[in-house]
Amino acid sequence: MDMVVSVIAATLGAGTPLIFAALGELVAEKSGVLNLGVEGMMLVGAIVAFITMRSTGDLWLGVAVAGVAGALMALLFAFATLTLQANQVAAGLALAIFGAGVSAFIGKGFVGVTLENRADAGLSLPIDIPLLSPLLHSLHPLVYVSWLLFAGVSWFLFRSRAGLVLRAVGESPASAHAVGYPVIRIRYLATLFGGAMAGIGGAYLSLVYAPLWLEGMVAGRGWIALALVVFATWRPARVMLGAYLFGGITIVQYFAQSAGVAFATQFMSMLPYLATIVVLVVISRDVAMIRLNAPVSLGKPFHPGV
Amino acid sequence: MAARNDNPARLELRGICKSYPAVVANDGIDLRVMPGEIHAVLGENGAGKSTLMKIIYGVVKPDAGEILWHGARIDVASPAHARELGIGMVFQHFSLFETLTVAENVALVLPGNPGLDDVAARIGGVSERYGLTVDPRALVHSLSIGERQRVEIIRCLLQDLQLLIMDEPTSVLTPQAATRLFETLRQVAGEGCSVLYISHKLDEIKALCHRATVLRAAKVTGTCEPQRETAASMARLMIGRDLPKCNHPEAAGDGEERLVVNGLSLVCDDPFGTDLADIRLAVRSGEILGIAGISGNGQQELLAALSGERSTPDDDAIHVCGIAVARLGAAARRRLGLCFIPEERLGRAAIPSMSLADNALLTAHAQRMVALGMLRSDAITDFARRCIDDFDVKCAGPHAEAKSLSGGNLQKFIVGREVMQHPKVLVVSQPTWGVDVGAAVSIRQSLIELRNAGAAVLVVSEDLEELFEICDRIAVMANGRLSHAKRVTETDVEEIGVWMSGLWPDQVAGPVSAPLVESLHAT
Repeated sequence: MDMVVSVIAATLGAGTPLIFAALGELVAEKSGVLNLGVEGMMLVGAIVAFITMRSTGDLWLGVAVAGVAGALMALLFAFATLTLQANQVAAGLALAIFGAGVSAFIGKGFVGVTLENRADAGLSLPIDIPLLSPLLHSLHPLVYVSWLLFAGVSWFLFRSRAGLVLRAVGESPASAHAVGYPVIRIRYLATLFGGAMAGIGGAYLSLVYAPLWLEGMVAGRGWIALALVVFATWRPARVMLGAYLFGGITIVQYFAQSAGVAFATQFMSMLPYLATIVVLVVISRDVAMIRLNAPVSLGKPFHPGV
Repeated sequence: MAARNDNPARLELRGICKSYPAVVANDGIDLRVMPGEIHAVLGENGAGKSTLMKIIYGVVKPDAGEILWHGARIDVASPAHARELGIGMVFQHFSLFETLTVAENVALVLPGNPGLDDVAARIGGVSERYGLTVDPRALVHSLSIGERQRVEIIRCLLQDLQLLIMDEPTSVLTPQAATRLFETLRQVAGEGCSVLYISHKLDEIKALCHRATVLRAAKVTGTCEPQRETAASMARLMIGRDLPKCNHPEAAGDGEERLVVNGLSLVCDDPFGTDLADIRLAVRSGEILGIAGISGNGQQELLAALSGERSTPDDDAIHVCGIAVARLGAAARRRLGLCFIPEERLGRAAIPSMSLADNALLTAHAQRMVALGMLRSDAITDFARRCIDDFDVKCAGPHAEAKSLSGGNLQKFIVGREVMQHPKVLVVSQPTWGVDVGAAVSIRQSLIELRNAGAAVLVVSEDLEELFEICDRIAVMANGRLSHAKRVTETDVEEIGVWMSGLWPDQVAGPVSAPLVESLHAT
């Protein structure tokens, strides 16, 4: 019983950083901005959150600082691509590399350092339900925050007026401009939101999941988050599914390794990435779904005609 | 017009100028629109009409000149500002969001934050009042072009509208839908709203508009009252000379069948595309068969299947000169003598950043341009030069970049390139779309001469006048089906217009009863 609870809890935990990063990127992409720098923004978020928490002991302050740092990284990207009209793919790749370098530089003195206190426990239900009560209790509060984020993003995109405008901008910036919406400003806001969420995803890794600092500790999760958004055909629910699939296989292969399954560990570590991509490719074959949900202007610069 | 000086015009433009790096779009334009007036802005493609409208709507800023609204000078800062003033615009290429519903599209332009149910109710009100039926919950991509235009108009009418700008509204409509649109516009104008009506179609302007301002090469060449003018006199104002005509002798109609399509059905890969259902047609040597119909009714899919860009599993479906080609690719079909001119000049018919000579090589490489796998640049340049001379292409020479040519000149070059290969079958899509009148006549004449030389020509076009001018027989495409073909001399625009909404009599079962056609008409 405990085993089941801990496997599920670990799965949810392992998927959480992907949820933050991917939902943030989803919002940015829905506005038509393709920011490939998620990995870099997560790394910067992870290191600043780690330093903040180590010096203040305040988890939530660390998370907030990581969000700000991610947003600042995204601001760099937004300025280059939206104001200066640089190519989004090139700028995004540069941002990813820049983030890796900057985080390694800042974190030089912290490599291998761990955090002692990981006190925060999850929800306590007033009644005792087998499985559910211990599970909910063992989850980190940031997991709950990621659920709130999922609900919030879904509501925002598909129920609110502002979300409708955002989707319109991503579908046809020229039309949105023609009916009078500030396309560039909306894209800035969406990009900053994406950056902040990537930063928080990084913070979760260095504060809760690991919790320590290692150079390049995001280990490709930023890229997986990007892939998740595309293969989830820009739908938040499928992003959640993909993230937990990734988390689940990560945890299962850990258990398998510790149980002494005789298989190359390199291959086992590869599994979550491979399986997530394969499953998502298979379920996203529906062309109609892609056409209906993909932001048409994704990655294309927009000049508000003079 | 006596009251003209006492009553301020609703909109007045004085000396509007706008230049782009390569062209002057507007050069000192003056324009006056009175309340309740339907005012035409008439001019050829490239005369500067669209730029002028974008200036009025706040999309583009003028370099010089002033705009007066109810007699007071204003700067229209943005489209949102224009809408606050009561200016609405229906764009030529619609500004709707395809993956959103009608109600969502409308909600995006309404001020405040109205709920979607509220918006749907208001759409219902306006549709009833002006007879513009549309389902507020439908996704826009599932609507026909005519319905999309209705959504755009409804979107404007939901505001407190004082000036409605319509940019080439009938270029996408059947003649019957255009008549309905005119009724709506007259009703709108009757309620005191001014209408600016952009077009190059003279008969429409005669039928609808109170006054017209004519533009030519970025300047105003005159204003007139269309009802008192003839089409010829307005054409002279618009193009500066008399309207040229094609020379079209009667076809013999007894040539061999060169292109035969035999029950072609295709499921389209694109969810926003149209499936083809049992298409049958035959084009003979020495005739031009026209396919009329509003774009988006399967023309793109049919053309891709004919050109070989998309192959068809049913081997028997398409024959060129008696050979089954349905599974062959485009190059193999060209070797059999089938040439194809697609609708998109830049990017599909020609590579924008390459020279005309290189673009000639693109399809005409079999004209001794390649020897032992090496390019013969003399032959290529020579071919391009002959094409430029024979088809009167105005350009800097064979090494001019394709994108440096005007639409009309590039189209003349592309048509010339195919005609010079002496095709047995030529398939052409929208041969004169966005081309000035002079070039259009010369392109049509080239097609007729190719037919006279014995080729089988298939023309797909939205322009009924064009089809009636050059074709020997006309068929109509609607909802992925193709009607049987009728001789041009035995039909008229009215009948083809009815067919364009999918209502053609079944050839075997006899004509559809007249009351049915009328009742469908009325809706």
